Amino acid sequence: MIPTIPQSRLFRMVYGGYVALFFLYLALPLTVVAVFAFNDSQFPSLPWEGFTWNWFFGEERPQIGVFHERGILRAVGTSAFVALCVAGLSVCVGTTNAFLFNRYEFRGKGLLYVLMLLPLVIPGIVLGISILVFSSTLANGIWDMAQIDVQALRPGLLLVILGQFSFITTIATLVISARLQKFDRTLEEAALNLGADRLTAVRTITLPFLAPAIIGAVVVAFLMSFENFNTTLMLVGSDAPLTIAMFDRLKEGSTPLLNAVSLLLMLGSSLLALVVILFQRRP
Amino acid sequence: MRNQSRIAFFLLLTPLLLWLGLLIIIPHIDMLLISLRERISFGVYEPSLTQYEKALTEPLYLRTFWRTAVMSVLATGMTLLIAFPVAYYIAKMAKGRLQQVLFMLCLIPFYVSELVRTFGWMILLRETGLVSNLLQWTGLADQPVELLYTDATMMVGLVYTSMLFMVVPLVTTLESLVEAGYDLGGSGLSVLREIIIPHAMPGIVSGCIVVFMLSLGNYLTPTMLGGKDSLWFTEMIYNQFIVRSNWELGAAFGFMLLVLSSAIVWGMLRLTGRTLRETIG
Repeated sequence: MIPTIPQSRLFRMVYGGYVALFFLYLALPLTVVAVFAFNDSQFPSLPWEGFTWNWFFGEERPQIGVFHERGILRAVGTSAFVALCVAGLSVCVGTTNAFLFNRYEFRGKGLLYVLMLLPLVIPGIVLGISILVFSSTLANGIWDMAQIDVQALRPGLLLVILGQFSFITTIATLVISARLQKFDRTLEEAALNLGADRLTAVRTITLPFLAPAIIGAVVVAFLMSFENFNTTLMLVGSDAPLTIAMFDRLKEGSTPLLNAVSLLLMLGSSLLALVVILFQRRP
Repeated sequence: MRNQSRIAFFLLLTPLLLWLGLLIIIPHIDMLLISLRERISFGVYEPSLTQYEKALTEPLYLRTFWRTAVMSVLATGMTLLIAFPVAYYIAKMAKGRLQQVLFMLCLIPFYVSELVRTFGWMILLRETGLVSNLLQWTGLADQPVELLYTDATMMVGLVYTSMLFMVVPLVTTLESLVEAGYDLGGSGLSVLREIIIPHAMPGIVSGCIVVFMLSLGNYLTPTMLGGKDSLWFTEMIYNQFIVRSNWELGAAFGFMLLVLSSAIVWGMLRLTGRTLRETIG
């Protein structure tokens, strides 16, 4: 509170009330999603038919729970696979990018840096279609030249991974760069003076220093990939990741099964977020 | 040593060039080329401007394009208006633990997929939803009320979806506000206009850019919450690509969306004299 500004009690109450309303607005949709996961009814809406765990553990129709619903489980597996690939790839490239921009001066550096930021200001759906268009141009070209149909270049998991990788790499680069800038390079030079070669110095001194940022970037990349919708929508083939599978079901009408999946997603991502925060807290 | 450093440089440069070249630059050039051609018959194409002509003369396309732009600007403005007092409260009025908790609370909804958030609004606002039931229970309505599928609902969803990206930069810039500035006197409103807002400008700009981009490129919220009349430009792109398989027109739409978003981001940066690098980098 700033003491020199006179503020009436009424103003403070109204202001406090506004902030409280804001947080109610933030919490409301997520709360109802969570609560109706336990509704013993076919619909995630009122009336409340009683409490049940069936939408998680139910084994028979009409209330098949998440853990027995094959389609959903497969979609979770697909999402996890895609997210792991995207996280791994984007953090590797993010790390090399961070070193490049931090350690080298070269012509065109400024331009490359702006290009590196661009994927963040391109709408996800446009990223998706441009990659879709280009990969099919490639596939058609290969077919015309060699009569080989490269399935990998048609909509499917590879394109989904590449599409998400194309913008998540920017975020990984920014996260890792931010920490690399704080690194004291004399430490590395000390290792060199003691006889280590450059690669050993980077591996034993710099990379451990970067570890919190790298782990943070992995988790952020994983979450962003898992949640991604727009880019994925344009590139998806026959095996849909979770967000797409849920979207298809939602269009047909929803059962509390979707609430149960959503609740598990919320728990999962909060847990991951907590891990990041704990890691960032460490000095 | 010198030689070794050169090798390392090229090893580090290669992934960057591959990524930007193969996944960003060439695909966008390819998309531009496809939008500049016309299908004559099976597998036969001719360069032409037909797609853009269609996009710019067909009233539905043009209307959707401008509607999407205007609604996104509106959503950005509303997000800023709603977020600013909250960000100020978190940055300057809340203290210690409360401050941390409020800030964390702002982040939580966004660790959750956009799909889940949209689903939440559907449960709340549909005809059999909670709000409708509440209205009937309190006697404000005597029959179920359908609150979904209107522009207002879509706005609620859009503002909700991008709130975090406004609150976080605002809190960050407002936190560094030096309080001594207030001692020079002046009424609350003039302090707000002459000290607080100019100081928060970097946060306002980066927040607005991100929120605008997210609204413009959003697909889920307009599709699930918006009505039949509130077609969003991204839905048209999806329809041309996936439903109608008219890639030429879809690519033209995609390019128009890209140009629109770049133009507005560039305009905002110019207006405030900032660079892309300082704003998101």
